[in-house]
Amino acid sequence: ICFSKPALPLCMTNCPTLIVTVGLPARGKTYISKKLTRYLNWIGVPTREFNVGQYRRECVKIYKSFEFFRPDNEEGLKIRQQCASAALNDVRQYLADKGGQVAVFDATNTTRERRGTITAFAEQNGFKVFFVESVCEDPEVIAENIVQVKLGSPDYTNCNTEEAMEDFKKRIKCYENSYETLDEVLDRDLSYIKIMDVGRRYLVNQVQDHIQSRIVYYLMNIHITPRSIYLCRHGESDLNVKGCIGGDSGLSPRGKEFANYLGQFIQSQEISDLKVWTSQMKRTIQTAEAVSVPYEQWKALNEIDAGVCEEMMYEEIQQHYPLEFAMRDQDKYRYRYPKGESYEDLVQRLEPVIMELERQENILVVCHQAIMRCLLAYFLDKTAEELPYLKCPLHTVLKLTPVAYGCKVESIYLNVDAVNTHRDRPEVGISTYSHTDTDFVADLVNIRGNLCYA
Amino acid sequence: THTHTHTHCVCKYSYGLSCFSPASVPQLTNSPTLIVMVGLPARGKTYISKKLSRYLNWIGVPTKVFNLGQYRREAVQSYKNFEFFRPDNEEAMQIRRACATNALEDVVIYFSKEHGQVAVFDATNTTRERRISIVSFSKEKGYKVFFVESICDDPDIIAQNITEVKVSSPDYVNCDKDEAQADFLKRIECYKQTYVPLDDEKDRHLSYIKIFNVGSRYLVNRVQDHIQSRIVYYLMNIHVTPRSIFLSRHGESELNLLGRIGGDSGLSPRGHKYATALGGFIKGQHIKDLKVWTSHMKRTIQTAEHLGIPYEQWKALNEIDAGVCEELTYEDIQENHPEEFALRDQDKYRYRYPKGESYEDLVHRLEPVIMELERQENVLVVCHQAVMRCLLAYLLDKTADELPYLKCPLHTVLKLTPVAYGCRVEHICLNIEAVNTHRERPGNVDITRNPEEALKTIPDHF
Repeated sequence: ICFSKPALPLCMTNCPTLIVTVGLPARGKTYISKKLTRYLNWIGVPTREFNVGQYRRECVKIYKSFEFFRPDNEEGLKIRQQCASAALNDVRQYLADKGGQVAVFDATNTTRERRGTITAFAEQNGFKVFFVESVCEDPEVIAENIVQVKLGSPDYTNCNTEEAMEDFKKRIKCYENSYETLDEVLDRDLSYIKIMDVGRRYLVNQVQDHIQSRIVYYLMNIHITPRSIYLCRHGESDLNVKGCIGGDSGLSPRGKEFANYLGQFIQSQEISDLKVWTSQMKRTIQTAEAVSVPYEQWKALNEIDAGVCEEMMYEEIQQHYPLEFAMRDQDKYRYRYPKGESYEDLVQRLEPVIMELERQENILVVCHQAIMRCLLAYFLDKTAEELPYLKCPLHTVLKLTPVAYGCKVESIYLNVDAVNTHRDRPEVGISTYSHTDTDFVADLVNIRGNLCYA
Repeated sequence: THTHTHTHCVCKYSYGLSCFSPASVPQLTNSPTLIVMVGLPARGKTYISKKLSRYLNWIGVPTKVFNLGQYRREAVQSYKNFEFFRPDNEEAMQIRRACATNALEDVVIYFSKEHGQVAVFDATNTTRERRISIVSFSKEKGYKVFFVESICDDPDIIAQNITEVKVSSPDYVNCDKDEAQADFLKRIECYKQTYVPLDDEKDRHLSYIKIFNVGSRYLVNRVQDHIQSRIVYYLMNIHVTPRSIFLSRHGESELNLLGRIGGDSGLSPRGHKYATALGGFIKGQHIKDLKVWTSHMKRTIQTAEHLGIPYEQWKALNEIDAGVCEELTYEDIQENHPEEFALRDQDKYRYRYPKGESYEDLVHRLEPVIMELERQENVLVVCHQAVMRCLLAYLLDKTADELPYLKCPLHTVLKLTPVAYGCRVEHICLNIEAVNTHRERPGNVDITRNPEEALKTIPDHF
């Protein structure tokens, strides 16, 4: 009973779903595939992407030139078809045998014929199909895409920038003549979203179920405008200093110092239109006050509710709830404190925050350890196993800047000492725990690192 | 404790009254938003307007619908026939234009004096000329504009709409069904001649959603902000397929018997009886493809177990967290937290139990449940008193003041069936006795009141 079940409704359909990207090269298909996969995994839907380009690179070890993609290149066509089939085979294995729920088939899929083959494949296997087409004719956006992700591709390791750019443009041309966009009439029975001009416009057709509706909502909220997300915890709190978890205490003197330094740091960054979010707990609010920028409070950003363990020190938890303590170490992601929450519950309550973070531009989120771990796991694509052990020390700001297919992370320690609140996963198993075991308590203290006892 | 003044905090409440802290939604919009409906008559514009307005108000965004037809009915006391709507009827055109102006003036008052945040201008708005004038009006006033166009060419749907909501309109009070139907169809023809839908090219700078054939397809252009994104998401999840929503609380629980709030106890013997009776009732309804939802708490799960149908558990359906008051009786609360008890009676919607939740918090955690309820068809939700009040308030358009006092007795099923612009409600009491858990607002809510005054309205218990 202390391990949470998946927090999201299971009406996510019994049928697995095959998402199929559609579009010319350099239209953001892989960007969308990876981002969507990251989001779905984070909310608890096992998802994997299958990039046909990668299969092709494994098959044809050395890329020579765009000629490979010429529509009259018989040999090239054969290889590309084989790669697509190999990828679909792996899709089938993932969805039917390996417990996957969503597979993202990332390829151009620009002809109606190819899409027909995929639809037939899905029907045979009992998968639902949802197409995601990206249409863009803005030459600046396309050029920027090529610079950001194509020039650095393994295909172009031995070329200079101009050569690579020229070749890639010719590659796109190879697809243009046979490109059949999803059509309002001819494809009216298909389920799809057509994204036009990087999200200025969307055409959405025949959404079948909850997961497709969530995917559409997500795709309509993401953007590619350059911006940075700043994540930090509140300044050191009085309860932090005592070694207690949870509660709603104010900042310690060092915490207040951090808040001031944070204000100075933010000012020095000269960020345009910065939004600031806090939780509804004293310690984040007090921290934000020093930043001198209007801030909004989200209850959803409140720290994980430790239920009966609120305001206890780890030693007290070990003393009063040794079994619970051990269970938590066994599965920290799903373990739910009695009358409290699990990390899995946190992810569910943070989902609207993530959705709004996607919509925003420059933003500073002042939050808490468990919360920051969940947000970080989303941005850096960490698994449920890694999430509860991500290092989020006090008095350190993480600056995340989306770049290419991921996020650049800069860690900025603001030089104000604080206690360490990070507890690594202990090596021991259940049988060695007993509340008279003083050695265990000593181990605990060691794992916790430097600690100030008030 | 700190007496902290928040010089930079955007929220409305001062720090000291932490029991009334704001809920979890960020400021949705700074400028007011004018939603402008577009479409021929009988395309569902009023249906969408009312539903959208109900949803936005429920999530805490003050919204009001301004229906042009109503203004027209006030101006022209009795409706004769479709000739009024002929495009060459100059006199009528003047009246209609004046009505539009009056409606927009009322929108201005709503935004500037009545703290409105969203106004839905429910009219055909079928010409580019009309829409341009609305856009300039909005620009002048600093309002954001979002168009919602409903396009439908399915004659069956249109005929169904006419039957459901037009035939019974005040316009046709003295006509029989067929006369009304025929006249209304001629009315639609009057608009068709001058109808110019939103255009992909010419209107590319406008923000809008086009809904085709009751939602099989959508075109979304230039969503500007969070509220528009939420509106689009909502509109894409609603449907008009007939279905029923059944709401019930768990069977009577052990803690209910003792007059204790919250907790996670199992069913009492009478509670088990109810669960069995509920199973029988559900079977007797012969509901197609019924989904059953419960919370994560024992008492709803035990209730659902008797139904013999697969059910899904939602943590979001858990009862309101009473924090430090969990498992106390009202007498205990009065004795140990008399001030809190009084504060709660003062503003039951916004009051947050120390270390617990408010009704306002509940609404925010129930929003995904509502969204999924909209997507679903036949559903039975087995939940709790406060949760059921929130869901009911959404479905029946109750205000934040009414919500915490809605009557949701144990052992009673509510069957809600969407009809016309609202919901038909049937109360089905399954005739198994249970304690009453409903506490009315007492006369004296002052913190200086004495215990008898505070405890006047508490229900009996063992």
